Amino acid sequence: MKQTMMRRWLAACLALLALTWGAALRAEPKAPDVLVKEISDEVIERLKQRPIKTDADMNEWLAYVEQRVLPHFDFERMTMLAVGQPWRQATPEQRKRLTQEFKTLLVRTYANALREYRDEKLEFKPLRMAPGDKTVRVSSMVIRPGSEPIAIDYVMELKGDGWKVFDVVVAGVSLVTSYRSTFGQEIQAKGIDGLIQTLAEKNAHGETMPADTAKQG
Amino acid sequence: MNKKTRAIAAIAACVAMSGCATSQPSNPKDPWEGFNRAMFQVNDALDTVVIRPAAVVYDNVLPSPVKTGVGNFFSNLGDLGNAANNLLQGKPQAALNDLVRFAFNSTWGLLGVLDIASEAGLPKHNEDFGQTLAVWGVGDGPYLVLPLFGGHNLRDTAALPVDYYSDPTTYVEGDAAKYSFKAAEIVVKRAELLPADRATEGQIIDKYAHLRDVYFQRRNYLIHDGNPPIEYEDFNGNGASNGGSR
Repeated sequence: MKQTMMRRWLAACLALLALTWGAALRAEPKAPDVLVKEISDEVIERLKQRPIKTDADMNEWLAYVEQRVLPHFDFERMTMLAVGQPWRQATPEQRKRLTQEFKTLLVRTYANALREYRDEKLEFKPLRMAPGDKTVRVSSMVIRPGSEPIAIDYVMELKGDGWKVFDVVVAGVSLVTSYRSTFGQEIQAKGIDGLIQTLAEKNAHGETMPADTAKQG
Repeated sequence: MNKKTRAIAAIAACVAMSGCATSQPSNPKDPWEGFNRAMFQVNDALDTVVIRPAAVVYDNVLPSPVKTGVGNFFSNLGDLGNAANNLLQGKPQAALNDLVRFAFNSTWGLLGVLDIASEAGLPKHNEDFGQTLAVWGVGDGPYLVLPLFGGHNLRDTAALPVDYYSDPTTYVEGDAAKYSFKAAEIVVKRAELLPADRATEGQIIDKYAHLRDVYFQRRNYLIHDGNPPIEYEDFNGNGASNGGSR
């Protein structure tokens, strides 16, 4: 008798556990603007405490960006958009390599941009989104004293595991489409493999910090 | 044809030929790419040797508050042009906003050094005569790079003189003073672009094409005073059946 009761009680506990756990898994993905704001705030906080001054700082930051920021980007889609038409002709292997190299390039650009942070403020505009929208645009403004504010928009789509960024529009310039022309030219001159090669070389070269890093004014 | 005419014709032919040098233009809005690239080399050299170093010195040597003040000063002068262009584009509210900005900042903001108008909630606009012409329906025309002035589409190139005369520093007394102001304006603007330089250092495959394409997007954005919708195509689906890379 006691055993059956124990078993029933255990079964009930497991059922309860499964229910709550399942609910957590099926939980609403975090809202896109909340996600962007959270990560932006976190990055800025971290930047204030740990500015990027040396190569070691840079490497540490690259690791952090890889772990915390990258998972929220859809690099394959970004690469497809950056490459444009020729993507159709690329083999899966080429697509994989292109995505890899473009990702490295973007991460490095992002880290370099972070190095230029000088206490600018970040403001977010209210998110305009209809229920059921699968693509949204999260708008923010970077306020710098003495200069025009810069509008930075994150274009995101809802995928299986949450909202992912696939384009960043800075002051009206779409990041991914701004590469299309140069990538196109490179492919025309050297083919897709040539582009992969060029990107790999650029990425290999960008191992150290640029020469005239500005001093804190 | 006398000698001089023949020489001019020869030069014109060379320019035209270099424009036709690329068998397939990489961008339909840039039919004069050959010529433009040559001019870009000139400008790039000028930038590398003269302008960028001056901007770096300015950026490194002056303390932040001073740079902010200088930036505000030039930005304030630009508000007059913004007001005029907003009015011409049929945006009287925006024009009024810019005039009030100018009045506030020039007086309470100590000749524009302090940007109190922005703190008071008056937005900063960015207008020029090229945008005004676009709003009036003038088409953009081919991309043209000129020595020193850089690359603009033909419409914006034609608009440059108007912007020149809308700039208060043009009316400064005395050549030396005027050119000092102009040079300072250039250095300050260049210094504002240094962070972008450094972020993309060593990563741009083709500087000319990159700057040109960024320019096109930027003009579209400015003319529409906001974000024109960007189309995101889908190039997936057809993997290479021949496995070739070309």
